[in-house]
Amino acid sequence: MGFEHKDLLGTRDLSAIEIRSLLESAESFKEIAERPLKKVPALRGKTVVNLFFEPSTRTRTSFEIAAKRLSADAVNMSASTSSVVKGESLLDTVDNIQAMAPDIIVVRHKFVGAAHMIAERVGARVVNAGDGANEHPTQALLDLLTISEHKRLGPGLTVAIIGDIAHSRVARSNIWALTTLGVTVRVCAPPTMLPRELEKIPGLVVCERPEEALAGVDVVMMLRIQLERQDRLLFPSIRDYARIFGLNRQRLDLAAADAIVMHPGPINRGVEITSEVADGSRAVILNQVSNGVALRMAVLFLLGGQSYE
Amino acid sequence: MSQTEENSVCSAQDVEQILKRIAFEIVERNLALEKVVLVGILTRGVSLARRLQKIIGETANRDLPLGVLDITLYRDDLSSATHHPVVRKTEIPFSLDGVTVILVDDVLYTGRTVRAALDSLIDFGRPQSIQLAVLVDRGCRELPIAADFVGVSVPASAQDRVMVRVEESDGFDKITVMPRDSTSGE
Repeated sequence: MGFEHKDLLGTRDLSAIEIRSLLESAESFKEIAERPLKKVPALRGKTVVNLFFEPSTRTRTSFEIAAKRLSADAVNMSASTSSVVKGESLLDTVDNIQAMAPDIIVVRHKFVGAAHMIAERVGARVVNAGDGANEHPTQALLDLLTISEHKRLGPGLTVAIIGDIAHSRVARSNIWALTTLGVTVRVCAPPTMLPRELEKIPGLVVCERPEEALAGVDVVMMLRIQLERQDRLLFPSIRDYARIFGLNRQRLDLAAADAIVMHPGPINRGVEITSEVADGSRAVILNQVSNGVALRMAVLFLLGGQSYE
Repeated sequence: MSQTEENSVCSAQDVEQILKRIAFEIVERNLALEKVVLVGILTRGVSLARRLQKIIGETANRDLPLGVLDITLYRDDLSSATHHPVVRKTEIPFSLDGVTVILVDDVLYTGRTVRAALDSLIDFGRPQSIQLAVLVDRGCRELPIAADFVGVSVPASAQDRVMVRVEESDGFDKITVMPRDSTSGE
């Protein structure tokens, strides 16, 4: 399999072949979730440390289940319970963890580049589970895996990403991965949440209004408004945001008749998406969660199955 | 690959005859065919299992369930493998509890693949018994494993390469022995 990286830090560094072989491999891991005994011995004796400096339930649990189903020993460390609250620096924390000889470190941190910095410092292989507003590669890859269950992933496919693009690492990782595969990506957000440099990416279309982004689209990806990443509110009110950018049934009718609706979670019901759409037949939001485990098993197996030279 | 050094052991016709014989032996040994399932090891073991299924279907008038097994995640050389093995999809859409599993592979060599397959099967349930059917037994075992049904025994040294080609993957059926060269082993 062509994967020539020590770490998985972002989708920006991945080639189309690497993305496709990861997705294909993840496809094979799905079946393990349906077995009576959901465990294979592939990573027996390997240690995976989940180092989360930001709150997370879904991603951390998903990585933990993935590691355990591969028989790796998974250890969780979250900032609120760690020595970070006692004043230890990030690098000291990392040095201490490295001293315990883990094979894979899964890291989430609020600073852009945190995973890269750790990857350079440690011998363990590092998976970026979110660095600030930069990248969250496994989320994008599981999104692609979910899309591929319904659509042909490649040129001719159009995906609309609507919401807080500027603060979203999920959007960034998806934009890199999708455009690498030749998929057309439309992004739509309030102007205060739309980074200007996006317009330079080939295959990317910036839309001012959600109606424009949704017209005839095959996949709708809604993003959460990340109030915790905003110093000040970037739009007049949550109600206004919901009215202008929220996905309701009328807006969804603008998309292709067989369009699917995705959301990386957690959902703010009634803000970026109505309950009717989120629970509707076209939503694949829980499939995304199931696929997350298979995709992360594929990533951990790829990084942990052998030592890197 | 130099065709001249390739020593053909069995032709397509031979392979067909061998599979018929194995199918008959399976039926003969397992009178309660309703409790027998076939599981092929990817890739060529699956093709052979499918053919056994067809022969048994035609001659004993019973369609045996067929499963597909990828043993990659159970390999004992994962941490030393130089290239990264590709994981393919295991599909065993039936319970293995209490049934007789006929495990099918193309070549029995070190026995390590079969060891991995046995561990994997047992994670799926508790079969009443597991029997091993192989097209070729080439010897050189590294683990104490023996086949119940052997198509042909080809005593070969570790320096030899025994290759099974099947129509489904290679376009034709053939069993050959040749000296191991720079091309990768099986």
